[in-house]
Amino acid sequence: MQISGAQMVIEALIAENVDTVFGYPGGAIMNVYDEIYKQDGFEHILTRHEQAAIHAAEGYSKVTGKVGVAMITSGPGFTNAVTGLADAYMDSIPMVVISGQVPMSLIGTDAFQEIDAIGISRACTKHNFLVTDAKDLARIMKEAFHIAATGRPGPVHVDIPKDVTAQIEEFVYPDCVDIPTYKPHVKGNKRQIKKAIDAIAEARRPLFYLGGGIINSNAADEVRELVHLTGIPAVETFMARGTLSHDDEFLISMLGMHGSYAANMAMSETDLVIALGARFDDRVTGKLSEFAKHAGVIHVDIDPASISKLVTATYPIVGDVKGVVLEMIELAKEKINAQQYTPWLETVAHFEKLHPLQYFEDTDRLKPQWCIERVGEILGDDANISTDVGQHQMWTAQFYPFSRPRQFISSGGLGTMGFGFPAALGVKRGAMDKVSINFTGDGSILMNIQELMTAVEKKLPVINIILNNNYLGMVRQWQTLFYDKRHSETDLSVQPDFVMLAQSFGGVGYVVKTKDEFDAALKDAIEKNVVALIDVRVERLENVLPMVPSGGSLFNMMLLENKKES
Amino acid sequence: MENTERRVISVIVANEASVLSRISGLFSARGYNVVSLTVAPIPDSDYSRFTIVTEGSVRVIEQITKQLHKLIPVLRVSETEEMVEKEMVLVKFPMGDDMSNISVLAEAYNGKIVNVGVDSIIVMVADEPKRVEHFLVAIKHFKPLEIVRGGTVAVER
Repeated sequence: MQISGAQMVIEALIAENVDTVFGYPGGAIMNVYDEIYKQDGFEHILTRHEQAAIHAAEGYSKVTGKVGVAMITSGPGFTNAVTGLADAYMDSIPMVVISGQVPMSLIGTDAFQEIDAIGISRACTKHNFLVTDAKDLARIMKEAFHIAATGRPGPVHVDIPKDVTAQIEEFVYPDCVDIPTYKPHVKGNKRQIKKAIDAIAEARRPLFYLGGGIINSNAADEVRELVHLTGIPAVETFMARGTLSHDDEFLISMLGMHGSYAANMAMSETDLVIALGARFDDRVTGKLSEFAKHAGVIHVDIDPASISKLVTATYPIVGDVKGVVLEMIELAKEKINAQQYTPWLETVAHFEKLHPLQYFEDTDRLKPQWCIERVGEILGDDANISTDVGQHQMWTAQFYPFSRPRQFISSGGLGTMGFGFPAALGVKRGAMDKVSINFTGDGSILMNIQELMTAVEKKLPVINIILNNNYLGMVRQWQTLFYDKRHSETDLSVQPDFVMLAQSFGGVGYVVKTKDEFDAALKDAIEKNVVALIDVRVERLENVLPMVPSGGSLFNMMLLENKKES
Repeated sequence: MENTERRVISVIVANEASVLSRISGLFSARGYNVVSLTVAPIPDSDYSRFTIVTEGSVRVIEQITKQLHKLIPVLRVSETEEMVEKEMVLVKFPMGDDMSNISVLAEAYNGKIVNVGVDSIIVMVADEPKRVEHFLVAIKHFKPLEIVRGGTVAVER
């Protein structure tokens, strides 16, 4: 079949079963957009900013488990997308991002809308390609999808000059991929797995440390089985929320900087860390030299470079979590007596009783945590939850009753304000049967507010719950605690009228000051089935607690009692 | 502070555009040291060999090899102490009366005079990196005009 490079891109996307592309057209990518106009193999969703296109594709990927696809033009189109690429890279989200480039003859001449896209994306993608000949396009597209989805997933960027999309060549989409230099190691070493199980059987206070790799590997069911079979308590990272259901008797809570007291104490007291798809991020470990100081470490990860990067693994196991856990289950059935950890479970229960994750309704204004719990009571499993970045994000991770993997979609590694709303659009597109809630802040929501237009046009009724404290709350919290209350440039008293803002785009808006108003607004927004901004006026000076100060030891937490401000 | 070691890492990569920047970018992005770096195609193959001399703690060296391996076009990374290492250096001296001394010195370090001009002579030496260092100290008082080091190349024993 003799077709143009632009047609090849379309054919490749259809061959990869892509049903949604998020993007924004422009000069260098116009040949491809011309073919998008002619086809009906997938839907294109026009976001109102390139950054939002990438975040929407991330949200779509995270909720469906499929490779997210976004398309952008050269120059500023590409540079606007860089934050999204970096976000997807940090959180290991499988993505293929296609950008237009100036024609080959103009590359290197500082042409209009030219930028060294491959040079820039190298630092924030799993891999990237500059397509210099349409003859290579089919192979490169196939490789891009393969690289994005296998091993440790990540974004792959394909940069295509305009003359290559016009070039006509023979097109055959390959059935399989053969990259001699890329063979991810997916099967864990049997002997190592056996040693790990022996170590668990000998441990007295073992602890599962569950990471986002479990979600990527679709291994939550297997992990649940392993946890219940062994009777060992578990802590989840921010990225792993929903691996165990919120009401699972063995789930302690989230650990880390804003983890629960019990989770952080369990990690400090354990004698064997069983890390599954987690990478010992600094927001999790606190001061490394004090982290799980008395413990051996079993570390299962598909990325060899994650193992012993920060914490030395006693039992390193390189492999896909799902396969390794399945093997662990078989061995555990013979070797592990679930009763043996009862004293340890009692210790953990004691930690939980000592300082449970809680908040006090001690002011006239609504507490942000209450709003999150309330949505959990009303919608629970019927909602997918995305967030922006800041205090509201941590409260959501702490207080929403997650019951399944891929229910919680948030920017973990990069911490990208402005992620939540466009991501929620992708989440909604990927799961139309669930309510898509975006918990956001009065700072974050304005960073991609233009997406109200996309939501209205494409009928993606995302409900944005703005936990509005008129502050850049997390930075304000640090300023209060560590900068002697000098609230430098964090006071957001001057704000738009969010109700009118939503209405001007064709959405609905609400101002909420009481619990009744909150329930009514949420109910109405769900019924109206159109994009919503719910402006919830919450307590201004609420802090996220517990808190491990940056660089401090995990067991040295600021707790709720200490929070009072004068 | 953990002890810093000097290590030679040999990396075999697919011959394709921008491999050099992927590797150099990795070193700069993650703050690894490059003492020297050489690259050339491997004959009769689609691959090239990088020889990178680096310094770091054991943990850092291990990370470097893992991160290199993670790059998609990298086929193999080997890092062992069992390497035969050589480095070439070219030195230009001003013409003077003691040229025979320079020649003798060069011969002692596996080298010779490779070019003689009106105002200067050029000497080539190829030896183990440590001996090249010694050579460069020994020739100091001949007041070299220019020193061009080639970087270490190495092969496993």
